[in-house]
Parts: sequence; C-alpha cells; structure tokens
Amino acid sequence: MIKTDVVIVGAGPTGLFCAHQLGIIGLKCEIVDNLDKIGGQCIELYPDKPIYDIPAVPECTGEELTNNLVEQIKPFNFKFHLNDRVQELKKENDNWIIKTTNRKEFHAPNVVIAGGVGSFEPRKFPTKSAEKFDGTSVLYSIKDKTIFKDKSVAIFGGGDSALDWAIELSNTSKVSLIHRRDEFRGAHASVQKIKELSEKNIINLFTKYSIKDVKGNGSLEEVEIKSEDGESKILKADYVLGFFGLIMQLGPIAEWGLNLDKKVIPVNTENFETNKKGIFAIGDICTYPGKLKLILSGFHEGALAARGCFKYARPNEKYRFEFTTASSTIKDRLGVK
Amino acid sequence: MAKIKYIEHNGKEHIVEVQNGLTVMEGAVQNDIPGIDADCGGSMSCATCHVYVKEDWYNKLPKKEMGEDDMLDQAYEPNTNSRLSCQIMVSDDLDGLSVYMPEKQV
Repeated sequence: MIKTDVVIVGAGPTGLFCAHQLGIIGLKCEIVDNLDKIGGQCIELYPDKPIYDIPAVPECTGEELTNNLVEQIKPFNFKFHLNDRVQELKKENDNWIIKTTNRKEFHAPNVVIAGGVGSFEPRKFPTKSAEKFDGTSVLYSIKDKTIFKDKSVAIFGGGDSALDWAIELSNTSKVSLIHRRDEFRGAHASVQKIKELSEKNIINLFTKYSIKDVKGNGSLEEVEIKSEDGESKILKADYVLGFFGLIMQLGPIAEWGLNLDKKVIPVNTENFETNKKGIFAIGDICTYPGKLKLILSGFHEGALAARGCFKYARPNEKYRFEFTTASSTIKDRLGVK
Repeated sequence: MAKIKYIEHNGKEHIVEVQNGLTVMEGAVQNDIPGIDADCGGSMSCATCHVYVKEDWYNKLPKKEMGEDDMLDQAYEPNTNSRLSCQIMVSDDLDGLSVYMPEKQV
C-alpha cells in the first residue's frame, strides 16, 4: 500500500503539468497510466506531428512536449506506474482507496483524473465469433512469440505492427497477411520485404480482404475472409492476430459514481472538482461551460486542481500563493538556488 | 449552407443544415446526432467519426488527403465507401449529401 497526497490517473500532458503544480506547492503524487509510456495521446496518437498552440512554444512535436514536461517534474521524483490501470475507487474516512489492475493499492485524500478520452485499448475484430477465442488464439498483442512456432498464423492489418510481426513470424510460422486495401501504411522497407516474401511464397498475402468469421471446435481451426465483392476464402489458422491500432475507452472510470455527460465529467471551474469530494477531473475528460479541448486549458485546469487538492491533503494548513521567481521554498523544492 | 442527412445504422434519419466551413463531423456533434463519436476532436487521429457515403456522392466529394485511408484502416468495418466525416468540409456543393453510420465506431 502506498500513501500519498494525490493519485493522478493519466500521464498525458495535463496529468504531467498537474504533477508539476503539486510539486511546486509541496504535495506528493503518484501517476498511473494504462500505456507503457509517458505522454498520453501526444505520444500514442501524434508523437511526430507538430503542435503550434502551446504558449511560448511556436512549434513542437507531441514527443518533444512530453519530454519537456517530464524534465520539468524531475526535481520532484514522482513515481510513475505505467502499464497499469486504476480499476476501483472507494472512500474510507478521509481517504480514497485506489486499486489498480496490477493489484497496487494507494491511499490518498485526492484523485485527479487526467484520463483524456479514456484508456487506450487495442481495437478488436468486429466478428462476434472472435470473442470466444479472445486472449487464447485471437490476440491483439504478442507477449511470447515462441507459441507461434510451426503454427499457422493469420495476421490482419496494414501498419507497422502487422508488417513487422508478419516478417518476424514468417521465420518460424506459416503466415498469412490480410489487409483491407492494396496500400500499407507501414514503413516502406517493411512493405518491400512483405512483397518479396509474398513473391517467394513465404507469406500468403491477401489484400482487399477482411475478416468474416473464425471457426473451431474448442481450439481455433480456421479463419474465413471476405473480399469487397463478397467472395470468401477459408484459411487454416491456429492463431489470428489483429493489429488495428488503439482506441480510447472510458473503461472503469464510468463505474466510480461520478456524474457523466456522455463520455466526459462535469466539474466546477473553481478547482475542477467533480461531484465527489476529493476527486478532480482535468483535461479532455472534464467539461464545463466554455470548455476547450486544448493542452493549454488542461495546464490551467491542473494548476487549479492542484490547489484544490491542498485543502484535503493539508487540512490544518492554509495555502499561501507564491511565485516561482520569488519563493525560496519553491526554489528548494525545485533544487535550484 | 448545406442540408445533410445523417442516417443511423438502425435507419433513423436526421436532416440538419450545416454551415459552410464546418465539417460533416462537426455538423453531427453540434446537433447531438448519435453515432459519430469524434473522440480526437477532428485531428484525424482516431477513426471514430467514420461514415459510409454512397457512390453518387462519394465521387463528388473532394478526394481523401494523405493519412485518411491510414486512419480508416483502423475504423470499424471500413469499405470502399468509407470516409472520416471530420475530413469532409461542408460547402454549398454538398447540399443534399447523405452519410450512413456504421453499426458502431469502435
């Protein structure tokens, strides 16, 4: 069990800057994110795309923004819990008990939800029959590639994950690669390699096909694919892999008893607290009159939510506003002279 | 201004007037039409504003720009009539456009 002042759900730009503001006012926090890396949508959706509307930064990429925010909170040594998702929130006296998928438990008077549009989950096959094999022979990520040795593997998708795995697994497995159109969005060199392997009959390539059905008694036996004009083919398959990128799902946040307006959480604009005492929501996941889904708005929301947290984390102290340019206490916290 | 018909997967139709310069996605979101999620807010990075456009209109729309097909690869049941509604800019020329929504967006 970890005791702290604040648990931040989401390590995107908004969560990171809120952590900074907590550090500045002398509070501790722990940051949990479902992704395996820091940066949220900035790193997952557009690491290389330039952003032009961060104040005083004429242009930076999602990755640069993330790196700078991480650098900015370094002095505080806050801990990140990546690849983990907050599953359950329960109130106990003045604390929230926060439980994660990896069975971590935090006790904190405050939770700041900076969860964007929810957590990133792999996009799954639309076919109902695929659910039955989900996690056993229908997979959306690979943890142990040795299970595919000498097996028939049908890989769906046209991006780098699909291409890279098709190339890699073709060394030891019988690979079919199925994609809905002729063009691939993966790296040029990988596309060339796939075409080469297809010409040598090492990979069975099916373009302009998508999944229709998966079949098997107990274990998976075959996958049926269909072309756009309805023609279908049956392929033998021990495993079916889908690489269609990630989608954002609100997930367990919907079950914490918070007021929800569609997929977003209404907050007050004084401190961005939700209808639950000590639970704040900032960034894309919060809503209020005039809300803009901009990173800069998330920064502002995080700064105010941090002050909101102070009152529950230090009930016997009075919060005093200070500037980083003038306060020696803040400079101590930052480790500068 | 263009009158646009949004047709839900269950057949329910919504006809709204959308201002020039907005996208077909924004026309749906601003009028609370269900079936278009637009999680990323129109930055062409999520594929949750996916719609189908029948041939007659599909061929009249401005062509897809780079990247749209890459995102459509990740949409729910895309086909040759698929578009991202955040990439269709409304103009007078689009008056009478019908877009069909997929069964779901994710």
